[in-house]
Amino acid sequence: MDSVLAERLYVRRRLLNATALVLSGAAALVGLFFLGWILFTTLSRGIDGMSLAMFTEMTPPPGAPIGVGGLLNAIVGSIVMCVLAVLMAAPIGIAAGTYLAEYANYRRIGTVIRFVNDILLSAPSIVLGLFVYVVLIGAPMQVSQAIRTTEAGQAGGWLAGLADWLQGISGFSAVAGAVALGFIVLPVVVRTTDEMLRLVPTQMREAALSLGIPQWKVTTHVLYRAALSGILTGVMLGLARISGETAPLLFTAFNNSFWNLDLGEPMANLPVTVYQFAMSPFDNWQQLAWAGAFLITCFVLTVSVLARTLLLRKKMAHD
Amino acid sequence: MAAATTQLDHLARSDARADRLFRLSVGAAGLFVLVGLVGAALTMAWGGREAFATFGLDFLTSDNWDPGNLVFGGLAPIVGTLITAGIALLIAVPVSFGIALFLTEVAPAWLRGPVATAIELLAGIPSIIYGMWGLFVLVPLLAEHVYPFLSGTVSQWPLVGWMFRGPPIGIGMLTAGLVLSIMIIPFIASVMREVFLTVPTRLKESAYALGSTTFEVVWDIVLPYTKSAVIGGIFLGLGRALGETMAVTFVLGNANRLATLLEPSSSIAATIANEFGEAFADLHRGSLLALGFVLFMVTFIVLSIAKLMLMSLQRREGK
Repeated sequence: MDSVLAERLYVRRRLLNATALVLSGAAALVGLFFLGWILFTTLSRGIDGMSLAMFTEMTPPPGAPIGVGGLLNAIVGSIVMCVLAVLMAAPIGIAAGTYLAEYANYRRIGTVIRFVNDILLSAPSIVLGLFVYVVLIGAPMQVSQAIRTTEAGQAGGWLAGLADWLQGISGFSAVAGAVALGFIVLPVVVRTTDEMLRLVPTQMREAALSLGIPQWKVTTHVLYRAALSGILTGVMLGLARISGETAPLLFTAFNNSFWNLDLGEPMANLPVTVYQFAMSPFDNWQQLAWAGAFLITCFVLTVSVLARTLLLRKKMAHD
Repeated sequence: MAAATTQLDHLARSDARADRLFRLSVGAAGLFVLVGLVGAALTMAWGGREAFATFGLDFLTSDNWDPGNLVFGGLAPIVGTLITAGIALLIAVPVSFGIALFLTEVAPAWLRGPVATAIELLAGIPSIIYGMWGLFVLVPLLAEHVYPFLSGTVSQWPLVGWMFRGPPIGIGMLTAGLVLSIMIIPFIASVMREVFLTVPTRLKESAYALGSTTFEVVWDIVLPYTKSAVIGGIFLGLGRALGETMAVTFVLGNANRLATLLEPSSSIAATIANEFGEAFADLHRGSLLALGFVLFMVTFIVLSIAKLMLMSLQRREGK
């Protein structure tokens, strides 16, 4: 009697197990299927739009024949803003990561900054774009208007000059776009620098310090060298993250249908161009949008794979 | 002798100065991260003060969003954000759990590494790609094959039917939730996989030795051990889904009103992305900033919970 019961229980457990495992395999398949589908769509439609003109011609007017015009201004604008963003964010991020790992590792302020940094890492990018808009575009405009309403502001002189200058900088600009992107790179770099520096063995610090080397030299000459590939990985991952970011650029850099290298003016960029072209009803714009999406995807995948191999090589060297 | 001492003294002093300066500058960078987040929250609140002052609590409870008459109630986008993120979680959590289970217990060893890497790479694909795929591939498919059934048959069902009323045009919160779920699956799955790997092999082997099936080991040993971190990973995905802009803007239809799952609707991020560039009235802009503030606060809370949950597993591991 007991053995029958046990047998039944056993069968039920095995059945449950088999169902769960089959379902998990199915979940993995379904997840990968959709992700693969998205990649496939981007690649197949993007390759259709690929041509030399993409890299040599400006964005065309709506409704132009397919094949006319390219994305040159958008590609160059994206490169300019991404490079600018990384140049601004990487030094600050590396410094902040150094502070966390070397000076505030076990202190409460370190815990707080790490916590805040992790929140920034996942904060909605559109909110960061709004933040930069208010600080760099909205606020200067309001201050300038406020000055103009005062008597001293109307009388001319330096106050009026200040108002003019503030009005001049308050507008969509490549700089504002780069700052917004910089705020997205920053937490990535902070986190990787912090983690990589903490991986450097303490003996290395002690050995260097015992030779009488000041701590800043230990950090810059010994620790940075040991953690270099890790820190570089962080910067690359940050770059991969911003190269497709659209939302924060919508109201900072805006977009531009023309060639522009003036950092104080709206600048064309790939993600916003792709967004506008994809949402438009024009065939030629939609095709260019897919080609742009293809470019972005290829770039992001390449940079992330490179970053990964860099990290992997370092790990192998350590082991 | 004396000269050598003074020279050494001098050197030591300049080293100490350089050390202080270095410490100060990296500390300033660390503080900058802190100020960045607090500053973002404050500027949002400051930019939205006009809207909060004008509409008071109505801003959160009224669904009347009328830029023409300068009346702004944000209920519809707020509800839209919550519902789309909810749908996304409903789909993404079980699928992610399946993927993590598959990658840690079921799949053959040679398959685990490549699939895990592929999923992590897919997490880096820019959200605009997901949005374009949603609009050009998923929307026509759903409009033709799935939504006619939902709006024709399911909408007649008692209790749940009303959710599926509306024209089967393929655009709306259900589609947005589907696209979002595909987007956050890689995030949640890779967090789950990572924390599943932290379970001590001894624990699992003991359970296997007692005769547990694979599913029993995962359900009764792995999940309880990693519970807090798994919830943390889910909240991380929720944070992403709430603040996601581009993937949602493409397929939501930009209609700022309360809607069923099949009607065009709106979310906070999509409303900001669609309207901010054309919001010329101060109150309109302020209202969008106020919406941004609401979004920021909600994601801040969600991400804080995620972080605390993830930290509690790390603490137990003694990190």
